[in-house]
Amino acid sequence: MSSPGSGNRIVQWIEYRLPIFSWLDHTVGSGYPAPKNLNYLWNMGSLAGVALVIQIVTGIVLAMHYVPHGNMAFDSVEHIMRNVNYGWLIRYIHANGASMFFLVVYIHVFRGLYYGSYKYPRELLWWIGLAIMLLMMATAFMGYVLPWGQMSFWAATVITNLFSAIPLIGEPIVTWLWGGFAVDSPTLQRFYSLHYLLPFVIAGVVIVHIWALHTHGSNNPTGIDVKGPQDTLPFHPYYTVKDLFGLGLFLIIFAYWVFYNPNYLGHPDNYIPANPLQTPPHIVPEWYLLPYYAILRAIPDKLGGIVVMGAAIGVLFLIPWLDTSRVRSATFRPIYKQFYWILVADILILGWVGANPPEGYFILIGQLATAYYFLHFIIVMPFVGWFETPRQLPDSIATSVLDKGGGADTAKEGAP
Amino acid sequence: MSTTTSGGGHGDDASRRDFLYIATGAFGGIGTALAVWPLIDQMNPSSDVLALASTEVDLSPVKEGQAITVVWRSKPVFIRHRTATEIEAARNVIVEDLRDPQADEDRVQQDKWLIMVGVCTHLGCVPLGQKATDPQGEFGGWFCPCHGSHYDTSGRIRKGPAPANLMVPPYEFLSDTTIKIG
Ligand code: HEM
Ligand code: FES
Repeated sequence: MSSPGSGNRIVQWIEYRLPIFSWLDHTVGSGYPAPKNLNYLWNMGSLAGVALVIQIVTGIVLAMHYVPHGNMAFDSVEHIMRNVNYGWLIRYIHANGASMFFLVVYIHVFRGLYYGSYKYPRELLWWIGLAIMLLMMATAFMGYVLPWGQMSFWAATVITNLFSAIPLIGEPIVTWLWGGFAVDSPTLQRFYSLHYLLPFVIAGVVIVHIWALHTHGSNNPTGIDVKGPQDTLPFHPYYTVKDLFGLGLFLIIFAYWVFYNPNYLGHPDNYIPANPLQTPPHIVPEWYLLPYYAILRAIPDKLGGIVVMGAAIGVLFLIPWLDTSRVRSATFRPIYKQFYWILVADILILGWVGANPPEGYFILIGQLATAYYFLHFIIVMPFVGWFETPRQLPDSIATSVLDKGGGADTAKEGAP
Repeated sequence: MSTTTSGGGHGDDASRRDFLYIATGAFGGIGTALAVWPLIDQMNPSSDVLALASTEVDLSPVKEGQAITVVWRSKPVFIRHRTATEIEAARNVIVEDLRDPQADEDRVQQDKWLIMVGVCTHLGCVPLGQKATDPQGEFGGWFCPCHGSHYDTSGRIRKGPAPANLMVPPYEFLSDTTIKIG
């Protein structure tokens, strides 16, 4: 199908006035050539898109029943759970959907980190992706406040208080964020307004992300550039079908949480109504924020902890320049590949420390893991890039796929 | 360049036009900033929130060694009837060595009544220590479970990430047994 819908007169009529069919064809159709060697890690982008749509649809439905007021929010969520037809289902999809969204986005980011997708000419694409990740964190945080349980309330208190560490203007900023002298109904109401807004902002930024992606096309497991048509396959039907198959698997995992373990990823304290006079003995963020939380607590100084936590994400913006290797894919980087997996382990350790109280040896482990996290990006990345001898790159994507003894097999071995 | 295009022959046209650009830009910028201010300021505490200024508390039921928590401006306020040992512990420290140096005398109006906002100066959790069964930290005062801050019997920060002592709110004794906070 070279000119889309060429046979259909209605399609032609529209296409002449608004070339939307050829646009679609170039974006996700047969007119978009994608590298022929993409592995399943390249499914995460489309899954993230689906997850965003699921959040928006279930969110809009929840908003029809939810009441954003300090006196009624908790009860209205219970009302959704007990009285509204299928309310329990919609809320469980929304609550677990946030976790599934972060899961696929985090895999997506680690994929980029492994295959060097942040390198020239995709630096801006990487930045836009990080911006989406930050917006997701803000959205999920504000959504978590809405049920107005104990965890909601104290998460809101602790996170907004981070701003009080800013010298001089910190306190006025916090009062401004709260709309009062503590987290209270005005805070809840503005968070609700923003929680509704931000997902649509994310959708907009996603469009820019895809625009940047399509400017130079997808990276691929070998990290070498597409050299001609023999290296690619049309997106439709090859990758539309592969994405749909991945979606099926994703929805099975999603359904497991929703139907068999809906509260596992949450925290039981959030079924206790917010009480401004009592902090729960052990407050933790949702799992997807635990590594940052561990970094925050690793520094025994208020402002310092916040600066270092911010730097943990900030440093990701710099890696297109911190990585000095001329080879993109870690598949062909025997030394860097090992450091990559150490980093993954380090981040998992940070998450584990973040989930535990800041006592005893957890403090030390958290500090060591934080130090290593920065060491990886600031020291390991540039130095390994300079001194490592990469393995022989395949001549092209096509040869790497055909040549069974060469790049393709080893590429599979090395893939995360 | 404008001399050739305008044909008017005014050599200073270019700089006059620059001035107009800058002036227009400046007025546009200031105007926009003024228009944005209400959109920002609406998020600050509204009049009714500001009006909730003061709380009166009867201290007579609080026996020595006991503590109560009252609410002022939607925050918890700790009121502790301190024992002689607690007061002595609070005074037996070298003030200069503290993270936020403040003598116990400067934190109380009457020695036995310690009155403070019960909000950890780290990230705003409510420290434990009001109940006899609560952990009271290594200095016998309060312990914040969120990130492990220890406060002494004068509510001063002694250990952990918090930068400052628990805040003393403005209050006055209306009689021997009633206070007005705020
Ligand atoms: C980026 C997409 C989104 C994410 C990551 C997200 C995340 C969350 C999270 C984590 C919660 C708390 C769930 C719980 O523990 O109960 C929540 C609640 C809520 N969200 Fe969203 N959300 C998104 C989009 C939306 C949209 C577009 C709306 C539309 C208005 C919405 C409306 C709500 C409502 C009304 C609640 C409160 C009810 C409840 O707690 O279940 N959300 N959201
Ligand atoms: S809020 Fe008290 S120690 Fe962090």
